[in-house]
Amino acid sequence: MQLIECPWCGPREETEFHYGGQAHVAYPADPDALSDEDWAHYVFFRSNTKGRFAERWSHSAGCRRWFNAVRDTATYQFHSFYRVGEQRPATS
Amino acid sequence: MTAEAPQPPGSQLPEHPDFLWRNPQPKKNYDVVIVGGGGHGLATAHYLAKNHGITSVAVLEKGWLAGGNMARNTTLIRSNYLWDESANIYEHSLKLWEGLEEDLDYPILFSQRGVLNLAHSLQDVRDSVRRVEANKLNGIDAQWVDPDEVKKLCPVVNISEDIRYPVLGATYQPRAGIAKHDYVVWGFARRADTAGIDIIQNCEVTGFVTDGNTVTGVRTTRGDIGAGQVALCAAGHTTTLTDMLGFKTPVQSHPLQALVSELLEPVHPTVVMSNAIHVYVSQAHKGELVMGAGVDSYNGYGQRGAFHIIERQMAAAVELFPVFARAHLLRTWGGIVDVCPDASPIVGRTPYDNLFLNCGWGTGGFKATPGVGWCLADTIANDEPHPYLAPFGLDRFVTGALVDEHGAAAVAH
Repeated sequence: MQLIECPWCGPREETEFHYGGQAHVAYPADPDALSDEDWAHYVFFRSNTKGRFAERWSHSAGCRRWFNAVRDTATYQFHSFYRVGEQRPATS
Repeated sequence: MTAEAPQPPGSQLPEHPDFLWRNPQPKKNYDVVIVGGGGHGLATAHYLAKNHGITSVAVLEKGWLAGGNMARNTTLIRSNYLWDESANIYEHSLKLWEGLEEDLDYPILFSQRGVLNLAHSLQDVRDSVRRVEANKLNGIDAQWVDPDEVKKLCPVVNISEDIRYPVLGATYQPRAGIAKHDYVVWGFARRADTAGIDIIQNCEVTGFVTDGNTVTGVRTTRGDIGAGQVALCAAGHTTTLTDMLGFKTPVQSHPLQALVSELLEPVHPTVVMSNAIHVYVSQAHKGELVMGAGVDSYNGYGQRGAFHIIERQMAAAVELFPVFARAHLLRTWGGIVDVCPDASPIVGRTPYDNLFLNCGWGTGGFKATPGVGWCLADTIANDEPHPYLAPFGLDRFVTGALVDEHGAAAVAH
């Protein structure tokens, strides 16, 4: 079990958190203009990066707030934690 | 009453086999290149040769033969899926399993000991009974059994009403079972090799050579290999390949953990699965209890997962099987499964005319091995998706014709 650092509560055990998949997937700016294919991509298609991946976590057994993290999907090591609305840190 | 003399564990297992396939240098060109030397890739190669006479085939494996998910699964075989599309392909596969030992002329220790899928709530009961009726309509053997019948089929299940998730009954598929996964691989590899197909290990795909909408070759750590047709059978790593080809699939790779206990006397005569508390158990031929859980929640390629998943799964197993409480855990491991939004696989055409995709089997790939191999070989030979695979095309995420097996398939994803 590893520690995950909630930007509000600090480091807590992994079991307190819920995974939310890829971060920075914006709701379509002009939904009416989307084709079926565009909608399919917005609803179903996500990156499946092997390596550093920006993703969403919820501190569901704590403050219940969502935040973002950059984690390596090959090593599972977390590289940074940041609040929703903040820019993804440059971690190359 | 006469008791049979006790057999030492493993006494019915065959001798360790000799080398069963060649280790050839890759040729310059093949009619068909299959990426991935796991069960699906090898089964596809076997049926290309057997059913269609196509033997100019290379199976490329980045590591060693079937050292990925084929070495890491829990070997369960069943076809009690809810939707017609799934029932068709998994039942086709189960029928092939029933004759596979003869077909491969190799022991695979296919043991049709039946599977129980437990129900723990009224909603579970309703869903289960519905699935039993759907199975019957599709010609698949299925019964609803009450807790006393569960106890008769698997005496170590705790059917007390006082536990947190009491057993309210189960679906039962008598023809379901387990097979010896290594022997399955070796049998397919041996047959494909004998037919003249090249199985090329330590050969990682690093890119593709394309010409418009055609893939003309595969770049590998052992040089470029020309290809008439290409099939991707790389399970959890498929998106690393499709990323190189510049198109997206909606699959996400997750760790799926499993574990075995020390060897025990035969105590568990069937397969027991529980969706709600998520644990599934069978007893291997040698005597280990083989258990699996659900997938770890996060994306991962690390072939391991988080310990708390195992802890949760063990808590469920011990409540359901109190007799396991003193069993020692022998080892744990993780495979990488590619999960689709509708919990069904993606097999079929891609944006490239001669490239076929086979991925997204999630936790269900092993049982599909002969079935998907048969149908994908047919698809490659006829350049047209086999009717059993047609519903599983990539385009269903745009048309909305999903095959939504979440929960319905008797296992959480």
